[in-house]
Amino acid sequence: MLSSPFITRPLSVDRIMLRVLYALVPGIALYVWYFGPAILVSIALAVTAALATEALMLKLRDRPLRPFLSDYSALLTGCLIALSIPPLAPWWLPVIGSAFAIAVAKHLYGGLGSNPFNPAMIGYAVLIISFPHEMTHWLSPQGVGQSVLSLGQQLHYIFTSALPAGMQLDALTMSTPLDTLKTQLHLGMTVSDIRDLPIYGRLAGKGSEMVAAGFALGGLYLLVARIIPWQLPLAFLGTLFALSGVFNLIDPTHYAPPLFHWFSGAAMIGAFFILTDPITSPTTARGRIIFGIGAGLLTFLIRTYGGFPDGVAFATILMNMCVPLIDTWTQPRIFGKKKEDKR
Amino acid sequence: MIRLHRFHGGIHPPTHKAESTRTPIMSAPLPAQLTIPFRQHAGEAAKPVVQVGERVLKGQLIGEPVGAISSSIHAPTSGTITAIDLQQIAHPSALPDLCATLVPDGLDEWGVRQTLSYRQLSSDELQKHLRRSGIVGLGGAVFPSDMKLRHPIVVDTLVINGAECEPYITCDDMLMRERAEAIVRGIEILRHALGTDAVLIGIEDNKPQAISAMQRAVDDSSHPFKVIAVPTVYPGGSAKHLIKVLTGVEVPSGKLPTDVGVQCYNVATAYAVHRAVEHGETLVSRVVTVTGNVEQPRNYEALIGTPFSDLVALSIPKADTNRYIMGGPMMGVELPAVNVPLVKASNCVIAASDALFPPPPAAMPCIRCTRCAQVCPVELQPQDLYWFAQSHNFGKAQEYDLFDCIECGACAYVCPSSIPLVQYYRYAKSEIRARDHEKRAADLARERHEFRQFRIEREKQEKAERLAQKERAAAAAKAAAEAAAAIPTPLEPNADAEDTQQMRIDAALARAKEQAATAHPRNTEALTPEQRAEIEAIEVRRAHIHSLAADAGADDEPPKNSQGN
Ligand code: SF4
Ligand code: SF4
Repeated sequence: MLSSPFITRPLSVDRIMLRVLYALVPGIALYVWYFGPAILVSIALAVTAALATEALMLKLRDRPLRPFLSDYSALLTGCLIALSIPPLAPWWLPVIGSAFAIAVAKHLYGGLGSNPFNPAMIGYAVLIISFPHEMTHWLSPQGVGQSVLSLGQQLHYIFTSALPAGMQLDALTMSTPLDTLKTQLHLGMTVSDIRDLPIYGRLAGKGSEMVAAGFALGGLYLLVARIIPWQLPLAFLGTLFALSGVFNLIDPTHYAPPLFHWFSGAAMIGAFFILTDPITSPTTARGRIIFGIGAGLLTFLIRTYGGFPDGVAFATILMNMCVPLIDTWTQPRIFGKKKEDKR
Repeated sequence: MIRLHRFHGGIHPPTHKAESTRTPIMSAPLPAQLTIPFRQHAGEAAKPVVQVGERVLKGQLIGEPVGAISSSIHAPTSGTITAIDLQQIAHPSALPDLCATLVPDGLDEWGVRQTLSYRQLSSDELQKHLRRSGIVGLGGAVFPSDMKLRHPIVVDTLVINGAECEPYITCDDMLMRERAEAIVRGIEILRHALGTDAVLIGIEDNKPQAISAMQRAVDDSSHPFKVIAVPTVYPGGSAKHLIKVLTGVEVPSGKLPTDVGVQCYNVATAYAVHRAVEHGETLVSRVVTVTGNVEQPRNYEALIGTPFSDLVALSIPKADTNRYIMGGPMMGVELPAVNVPLVKASNCVIAASDALFPPPPAAMPCIRCTRCAQVCPVELQPQDLYWFAQSHNFGKAQEYDLFDCIECGACAYVCPSSIPLVQYYRYAKSEIRARDHEKRAADLARERHEFRQFRIEREKQEKAERLAQKERAAAAAKAAAEAAAAIPTPLEPNADAEDTQQMRIDAALARAKEQAATAHPRNTEALTPEQRAEIEAIEVRRAHIHSLAADAGADDEPPKNSQGN
């Protein structure tokens, strides 16, 4: 016999995930526009690997395949990994990243809902630690690199790691705007000199700033559709903005301006698509603000002083660790247990 | 205009109220047979005061209240009591309960109707009258209405609940549309008894006709009551939430509204109070919505005890109807059978089919999305409660205020993973209650065991002392005898004779007790099977505890308080 409530009208898990995937579309479209279709191949590889690993792990753990494969969560993890690694990477890079994310970071921790760390960020972290060299060959935006590959040539490179005769990888790729900033600052250049380099656009990296804007657009949709809570992106972006703003005001020659931080690297995709993963973020409103502030702070510190070009992934993982503590600390007062009743 | 307040969360399920409000309340025909449970209110069941075969009149007392929290049960029409026995009732456990069966004689002849002039009544007298008239909260909680007037309570605001927030239910809506004047008179009686000035009548704004009817009745009565349209949001009709919306006061957790100077009655209860006081009519009928998968959804005024099947038949269920729900779709219970009787708590019956209420998809893991927390009107963290309940971490669940959960179902309504959250909470609550129960039983057993140890210890000491005394006496006598004339004196006959004697008496007493016990069955005859089952469960637990104690090396006597139940 069923018991009440007899009616439900949920936005089911698969439809939530699907909306998040839709929200990635503008960013991906701009990615293709500025950097060519290689990213689509990379996404296809990562997603295939993610789904295959998911199926394998479900089988091993003796769980039903269909409901979990059709919840789109593995698909989303695959997409996020592909979007955080260089698109013109050998085929095994997204595959290893996705497989590790799903098998270890998700299923070994108990599967959907039980994983403490964001699987995509764990996958990314494993890749950047194990294959730092492959992880630095980012495609130059079209028109900046000295030569351009056709789709066929890109595919050929992805699967065979062979470039057309006479082409150098360095001529096609560059390090990220954040990376370049860091290296050039070390070499004694000022922020404004660096930003005059051809790879920079109006706010941050040429092309990549537009991709970030695309992700921000998708993120705003998620906010409006109430798919993600507002506290996380606001606290994160706000903290990043405030910190970089203060440093930039004090010393503009050595510290990049806030908008540069916002539109570089994984800040936007992190704010709206990664930190907001419900499973690995706090459940209370105050907790989310703390989490966002912490992630913003760590991102800024790692970007400015750390050994890695971007800090979003590590900031996310570090903050993921604090979630149980944050949740316990920030338990809200319930109805009828408020401090003061106003009459 | 009064400033309204808000509470956290809530949901907006489709209301489905229009279907059953198209036609006026219809008087249900007299059924062939009525089944009247003696437990229709919170608290102790009423005690039968009629005999099988006795003719009763409409409104006549057939069950009288037992104890402080209880109420009266009356014959809903004139006729003959043909049975007083266990019958299936509208309880999800499907356990039968004590009921009177009444075969109407068709005359519907009223017994004595004692009308009162409420202005001359003291609150005490009114309380007595309401208790005699069987008036209980008709919003669903069926708490005896007289209890809510008990002194000493200081009430400065009377809230009248006409919110009716659950989907499908429209009995209060129709009552307000059609009988607003009588409701207002009932409210005035309650206001008078409570001695309050402020009366706030809260009605959800999806019932404009009820609001205007009530407003008109209030205007006509020239009482200074305020009819207030409150926003439609489920569960806005929960008393504590309606009080918050109307007054801004949050009734503290674990407290009653009267602790903050507010008392709350449902509109249908106010109507029943009016009928009881100004017409002398005991509570023998109520308005009930029959809706859902039926051809003619509408409200009926039906006698208590009418089989639901009669009412449903009047509304003509559609072919694919496969179950019935008493109450609304959010908090109702599935009827164990459709022929169980209408009771005072029944505000609605919904004919259900799989098309109307599709069974939910298989539950997925919780993704911590907190959509449940966003809608929880008690501001709980349902996802945490779920986690604790399913991992049997009941202590934590209690710490996270599990017992403040009102089981409104809003969380389960929105859960993307289709987790039957409320079921987990009910399960955890019942587990915790059972464990508390067991703990108390175990404490009792331990105390008893310790006392027995103490007694044995004491007896041993006493015995040793007696022995020592005897030995001393014997030694002294011997010494004296030897010293005197060396005449041999026999020792005391048997040092233990006294004890043997005692043992024999004890055994005889025990036998007598045993015989008495078999001759006089224990006082458990008049109990419901539910109670019996409970007693049995307790006995089993006791036996278990007892065997544990025995295993631990103590041959404890069987607990002898079986008459204590
Ligand atoms: S709504 Fe369901 S899935 Fe979401 S947090 Fe609550 S219990 Fe978990
Ligand atoms: S059923 Fe309990 S936990 Fe769920 S929304 Fe209602 S009060 Fe909150």
